[in-house]
Amino acid sequence: MLASVSRSLFGKPDSVQNIFKQLVRVGVESLPIVLLSALFTGMVLSLQSGVASLRLFGQPIFLGSLVSFTMVLELGPVLTAMVVAGRVGASITAEIGTMKVTEQIDALYTLGTTPEKYLVTPLFFSTVVMLPMITLLAILTGIFGGYVISIVAFNIPGNVYMNEILSYLRIVHFVHGLIKSAFFGFIIATVSCYKGLATSGGAEGVGKSTTRAVVISMVLILVSDFFLTSLLNSLGVI
Amino acid sequence: MIEVREVKKHIEDIQVLDGISLDIHDGENFCLLGASGEGKSVFLKNLIGLMRPDCGSIKIDGEEIVGISKEKLLKVQRKFGMMFQGGALFDSLTVQENVEFGMKRLTDYSPQKISQLAEEYLAMVGLAGVGDKLPENLSIGMKRRVALARAVATEPKYILYDEPTTGLDPITTDVICGIFTDLRKKLDITSVIVTHDIQTAEKVADRVGLLYSGKIIAADKTERFMKSESPYVRQFVRGSREGPIGMKNRKKKNESRD
Repeated sequence: MLASVSRSLFGKPDSVQNIFKQLVRVGVESLPIVLLSALFTGMVLSLQSGVASLRLFGQPIFLGSLVSFTMVLELGPVLTAMVVAGRVGASITAEIGTMKVTEQIDALYTLGTTPEKYLVTPLFFSTVVMLPMITLLAILTGIFGGYVISIVAFNIPGNVYMNEILSYLRIVHFVHGLIKSAFFGFIIATVSCYKGLATSGGAEGVGKSTTRAVVISMVLILVSDFFLTSLLNSLGVI
Repeated sequence: MIEVREVKKHIEDIQVLDGISLDIHDGENFCLLGASGEGKSVFLKNLIGLMRPDCGSIKIDGEEIVGISKEKLLKVQRKFGMMFQGGALFDSLTVQENVEFGMKRLTDYSPQKISQLAEEYLAMVGLAGVGDKLPENLSIGMKRRVALARAVATEPKYILYDEPTTGLDPITTDVICGIFTDLRKKLDITSVIVTHDIQTAEKVADRVGLLYSGKIIAADKTERFMKSESPYVRQFVRGSREGPIGMKNRKKKNESRD
């Protein structure tokens, strides 16, 4: 499947309209839930860090750097990937799985294309491209959530919070987070499409494939996160 | 011409096709009869390369398709149109887009010409004016007719029909049979129809074969087939419970024949 997809990625697209549709599906339609999750994650991070530092040091310190580093390096990419695996990954597997059991996948071969070209390649492209983009927005939203809590709950001046971020955070940290995000997109697309195409056994089969795709994607995201982080650290991308 | 020799196919531990040999000549309507679950759809999918046989030979216009690469197979598949049992219409696309789908990929026609042809094919199957509907809003009979229009629209040399009239009312069945006959007259298409409906076979087929226990046990011109003295054919044509064809379990792989 991956070999066919890589050939299709560099060839003439089967349907530009379909690629655009998938970009909207993976990116734009996931934004509300991704941003909502990121906002509250940033808020709760700020709240917990503030309370902990109050207990330890008698004042809420390093909130800006703590929230921003956590969001940029870890929670932004992982949380967004989890949400997209649950929302988009599940729908990809269910859609392709339903097409498989209703012979729509077979029909593609008789109509001048292949499932790899018509379905999988646009989904791969969309997921790998859009996941880092929405991750970036999620990171910014999370940092904003932390900013609001630092002002409202701990009376930290906004410029102190922002100065901390600007002093410590570098472009390379974003590169680190977004490389991981693109890889998570690759995992979601591969697992979801593969499980969809391997579906058999009617409606029950579609349900099983969908559940497996989401579970496998989530586990692979968490496991690969550790190894990717180690690799990027050893390459100095940190 | 399609030449099938000693094709075998097992699925899980069931020997579905057990040495099928058959010739389908250019321009003819060949109808393959068989009880439900005998492997008629599996035979069609092997014919078009959607399933790969375990062994045997399938030649399409002299070109062997068993064991060839996926890329070469895709080129051979372009000679075929297929009408699937449930229609297999793309449910995210409208009826018009479904009919245009293959034409956009397999012909050099302009978008305007494709759109015009799609409307003509829909009119041919009696569905003018439903182009902007989604498949979910159509009855099963209408879905099959759209699937037929979609299969014909790519102007294939061969069309395979998988149970085209099963579960339809007699009038819709007759309409679809009429379309098969017209298609052959107008477009000189070779058709392979698998069904268990004797009436469909009588109306549209030049030759009829009977699939039983993974083999084609009888094949002849329609008129001669219907009058055949073979106890298998007689039982099937009469729809009788009594006879050699029973509701037994399918033969397991590697199990010897009775």
